[in-house]
Amino acid sequence: MKPIQMKDVQKTFESFVNKDVYIHLETTNGAYARHFNQKSYNVGAYIRNAKVTFSRARIAGEDGFYRVGLKMDLGWIYAEGLTHWEVDGQGRLLMAGHDDAGRLMVALEISEKPFK
Amino acid sequence: MDYKEHKHVVVIYPHPDDESFGAAGTITRFREAGVPVTYLCGTLGEMGRNMGSPLFANRETLSEVRKKELMDVAKVLDIEVIMLGYRDKTLEFEDRDGIAEHLRSYLANIQPSLVITHYPGYAVHPDHNALGAAAVEAVRRMEPGNRPILWAQAISNNRIEALGKPDIVIDTEPIFDKKVQAIQAHRSQAEAMIKRMEEASDHSGEDEFRKRMRYERFYIWNFDN
Repeated sequence: MKPIQMKDVQKTFESFVNKDVYIHLETTNGAYARHFNQKSYNVGAYIRNAKVTFSRARIAGEDGFYRVGLKMDLGWIYAEGLTHWEVDGQGRLLMAGHDDAGRLMVALEISEKPFK
Repeated sequence: MDYKEHKHVVVIYPHPDDESFGAAGTITRFREAGVPVTYLCGTLGEMGRNMGSPLFANRETLSEVRKKELMDVAKVLDIEVIMLGYRDKTLEFEDRDGIAEHLRSYLANIQPSLVITHYPGYAVHPDHNALGAAAVEAVRRMEPGNRPILWAQAISNNRIEALGKPDIVIDTEPIFDKKVQAIQAHRSQAEAMIKRMEEASDHSGEDEFRKRMRYERFYIWNFDN
């Protein structure tokens, strides 16, 4: 993956607008957060292969950290803290936020076919 | 301890790298003694968060990356690896009896003299606790005369106060290089995990990694209760 360029990501969004697409949305601080730091909490959530349609997709942010909002008929999909992106060999848009040690903190992925 | 007394050891953990962080020294000692070791690895750790530093994996490639790392470590430790095909982070939601039967089918075939797994309830990660519980159940279901010894590994911070001193303590110091080699075969995971240990809130100063990794401790499971 490479650091996010807002313009390129925004352009890529357009090919997914108003189509049935599959979403992987995730955030995590790992299963060991509390084990290694008693003042920390294990928190995480993910949804894989949610089938959605969005009519609007926007990326915002600055200084290497970005937010994405996908507007659906009845609600929103939102992710914050995205740092990296790529379009992989299967045409899927992968976005993720990593800390300075390469640990994934958040991910938002969009695909026209279900994820494995 | 005479490692040669055993005829076959089966290690049951959920993630590629659990075997290296938790038991690489123990596995090395058994292999030195000529005892075959089979690793039943529950998942591919595909929901892990360490993507390499600098980044070289992503959520969708991580399963393949970690599968390759697992194959590499099989060579480093000279063990057989069997992948059980569950999905990372979901083991506690699967049917425990189903997993226990799945494990028992392998154990019935391999006929090990020793099984090593996580101590259910004291192994921090929900997958560790769930697969450990299923492994204990799998061994319990075997005929007492044919039942392997079971070593359970507790890693929670409260393990000593809750369970007392471990029955088996293996000092990996003389073979620590080998243990490090095994851990580093898990390229995507090693660096960030080591960093995590060095930065732990209760760290004692220098070389926290070596301190945490030196001893491999196990409790002998009592099936009579």
